[in-house]
Amino acid sequence: MSEHSVLGKRVAGIDSHEKVSGVAQFTADIVLPNMLYGKILRSPHPHAEIVNIDTSKAEALPGVKCVLTGKGTLGKKQGIWRRFPELCDEEILTRTKVRYIGDPVATVAAVDEDTAAEALKLIKVDYKILPAVFDPREAIREDAPQIHEGCEMNINVNRHIEWGDVDEAFQRCDHVLENNFYCGSQAHACMETHCAISSFGYDGKLTIWASSQSPYYVQVLLAGMLDMREGDIRVIKPYVGGGFGGKLSLDAAEFCSALLSQRLYKPVKIVFTREEEFSASKRRTPMYYALKLGAKKDGTFLAKEVRVITEGGAYTSMGATALYLTGFFSSFPYKIPNYRYDGYRVYTNTEPTSAMRGFGAPQAVFAGESLVDMMAKDLGIDAIEIRRKNGMTPNYTVPGQAQIQSCGLPECLNAMDKFVKKHEKLPPNHGIGVASYGFMSGGIFNWIDTPYAFSAAIVKINVDGKVDLFTGATDTGQGANTTLSMICAEELGVHLDDIRLHIGDTSLCPVDLGNWGSRTTLMNGNAVKLAAADAKRQLLEFASYKLKPNIVYDLNIKNCFVHFTDRPERGISYYEVVRDAIRGKEGNTIIGRGHYTPHGKGMVSPAYSFGVQAVEVDVDTETGQVRLVEVTTAHESGTVVNPIGLEGQLEGAFHMAAGYALMEDMQMKDGKLLANNFRDYKLLLAPDMPKTNILEIDTFEQEGPFGAKEAGEGLTNPTAGAIANAVYNALGIRITSLPITPEKILRALEEKNKKKNELPANDAAQVPVG
Amino acid sequence: MPRIIKLTVNDEQFQVIVEPAESLLDVLRLKLNKTGTKKGCNEGDCGACTVIMNGRPVNACLVLAVEADNSNILTIEGLANNAKLHPLQQAFIKYGGLQCGFCTPGVIMAAKALLDSNPYPTEEQIRKAIAGNVCRCTGYVKIVQSIHEAAKVMRGEATNE
Repeated sequence: MSEHSVLGKRVAGIDSHEKVSGVAQFTADIVLPNMLYGKILRSPHPHAEIVNIDTSKAEALPGVKCVLTGKGTLGKKQGIWRRFPELCDEEILTRTKVRYIGDPVATVAAVDEDTAAEALKLIKVDYKILPAVFDPREAIREDAPQIHEGCEMNINVNRHIEWGDVDEAFQRCDHVLENNFYCGSQAHACMETHCAISSFGYDGKLTIWASSQSPYYVQVLLAGMLDMREGDIRVIKPYVGGGFGGKLSLDAAEFCSALLSQRLYKPVKIVFTREEEFSASKRRTPMYYALKLGAKKDGTFLAKEVRVITEGGAYTSMGATALYLTGFFSSFPYKIPNYRYDGYRVYTNTEPTSAMRGFGAPQAVFAGESLVDMMAKDLGIDAIEIRRKNGMTPNYTVPGQAQIQSCGLPECLNAMDKFVKKHEKLPPNHGIGVASYGFMSGGIFNWIDTPYAFSAAIVKINVDGKVDLFTGATDTGQGANTTLSMICAEELGVHLDDIRLHIGDTSLCPVDLGNWGSRTTLMNGNAVKLAAADAKRQLLEFASYKLKPNIVYDLNIKNCFVHFTDRPERGISYYEVVRDAIRGKEGNTIIGRGHYTPHGKGMVSPAYSFGVQAVEVDVDTETGQVRLVEVTTAHESGTVVNPIGLEGQLEGAFHMAAGYALMEDMQMKDGKLLANNFRDYKLLLAPDMPKTNILEIDTFEQEGPFGAKEAGEGLTNPTAGAIANAVYNALGIRITSLPITPEKILRALEEKNKKKNELPANDAAQVPVG
Repeated sequence: MPRIIKLTVNDEQFQVIVEPAESLLDVLRLKLNKTGTKKGCNEGDCGACTVIMNGRPVNACLVLAVEADNSNILTIEGLANNAKLHPLQQAFIKYGGLQCGFCTPGVIMAAKALLDSNPYPTEEQIRKAIAGNVCRCTGYVKIVQSIHEAAKVMRGEATNE
């Protein structure tokens, strides 16, 4: 295979000059002429009927231009699953009742933010308080208050996955382990809060600037809620200050600004406060896990049973997918011949839970990898050895669910084995824990029920050889802009600098489903590659006239030189060919088109990436504090397109996942979030971060562009399990609930010491094996 | 009662009418159109609004505009010398010290304040200097590396080319 001339090079991000100089414009930075500012009144009660809303005082406040309640909407409900009306359960402004503290009730537009905030205080809402329920295990009881009309036992969605004969297989196991786990919630905590500016014109058309992960979803869902044609809504996505799943479903910023602008014919801007961002957007799904794993004496897994209840919060949002994926990834990354999953997503009177980086998999991997280590210990098998014995290998079929093609897990485990063996001598109270994972490379979920291709791109070649690349892909900071431009340059045979990228405008760019499910590199990358190949083919037609190759020879372009593939020194300049081609096409610009939709690739994803992570911790037995000493990740993501971007994804994923493991939590009291700012909601900061090592494993994914696949989302999966295993290896205590706080560690140490004192000399607590 | 204050921002002089409760951040962003300085929390917790005021890094959201009267402010827009980016900016580009870019201006200003007072920072000192800047994307690895490399360039030991 020939060397790549652009891929794999350590290039600067194509948008980084704008970002370091303060020029990059985010939605929150945009000011339009005659712009008004909007605010949203939110419910202070977790569950209540709206009896009456009096807006007269707010309307009378000087500077207030418009006050709207649910009566000012079309009364429709929205959701991402347009084919399933029962899952479209969220109103722009609630009309009859509120279901969580933060549910939007009214919205105001005024001359400035202070006036709008003042007006909110003057709106009088009479509520009839209803009994509320916060814990999904209580909400599922028959006597629990019903949160949505007609929804029995508050069960929003249930999912079942099964293959093999689980009950029979457990009979054949030498050792069966059962344990319960709990995973807490987590805030996306994007540095840029949700925001949008809507501008409705006298021509009846709407332009909206939105901080979003999917401009197309904004267009489609707004059209539905406002009863407009999709084409009359133009969505512009400026730079986005982080998404992580939180800017995938639409929120009140988009809907309310659009509603207000539709009344006022002026631009209306709504920027969430940090408190709203924490308490009234979406968040990671808390899950209650009951696991059962059965193995033979030699460590071969025979059966696994998984039962999960997830806290849904007040609405569906993207939560049904988290429920499915947590069940699917609970079998990962192992070959488990008999498997059964039952999951229930239950409505509660809390902030809705939805998509967040990893999308149900971090929960599955924390519980699953904890149990794998417990099994290895019981059977007296090395932690990496048991993973090697059961780990997925290339071309493995997950029965009835998915087809794995490339899989570098065995190589990752081998590399990690060597690394861990070198670090066996540790100081007291230090421990290394490992966890492995696998993740999808582009979700095959047509939530929105679109007839468009999942990804598409257009390549336009100008007379000076400069290339305009148009794609609907969304960069929220993860580096898609650079990665896609590199793929385009590589395929077309030009320099990265020759590409000018056009994204984030639904009226200019072809449809793409957005930035979620680790789909951009593989899906949009394929579309970009195909579009570039289409344009290249047109150029080579003209080059053939000049070079007159024997028909058996191929032509190609590399480093802006059009040449015989087998004789790269023979050829002509790319720039010359471009000029000839445009002249030959009667002056028409050369345009290449490409699109990609996975076909025949199972239900989940066209490809999967794998890895294993080792974390060393140092636990203070006096305070229960866990210090992260060092993290090493062996992973594979197919051909590496953008190395600096890939490393950045890995390092950032570890930061987010370690926070999830150790400190980030969204505890509530009676439905009210306790930590709704960065003082109380702690994140790991620069001094807390450990030394990072990356062991890159080579693989090639035939479904991906140039062999590339996912990197960055999957890496949020292994960390919590690795840290839990490391804490066990340091102190011999097994923490089964996230986050692993100092309180939990101290309590477990106390328990352990108590047991030690109670036990007779010959240790009766050892689990018998076989 | 509104007041008139004088500010020097990036070597340019301004007179601004401000309300008593108005923050320096809102004056910079809304009245002077310096939107490179970001509002991440408006409570002094995230550091996205870090600017250098009279030589010291401050959270502009916590400084009242009236307190900043007669002061000298440097924002991200004033860091480059015409066509030449500051070594910190060059290093953040070269070593990938940013992803979404929202925290970046604040991080760079905090780093500038560090390197102005301590040209030879240890890794620990770099991490401490940006401990008030929340970044949700990078895990800080490449941020710390970028600051470390920029320090070398500023000391004349390396170039960013």
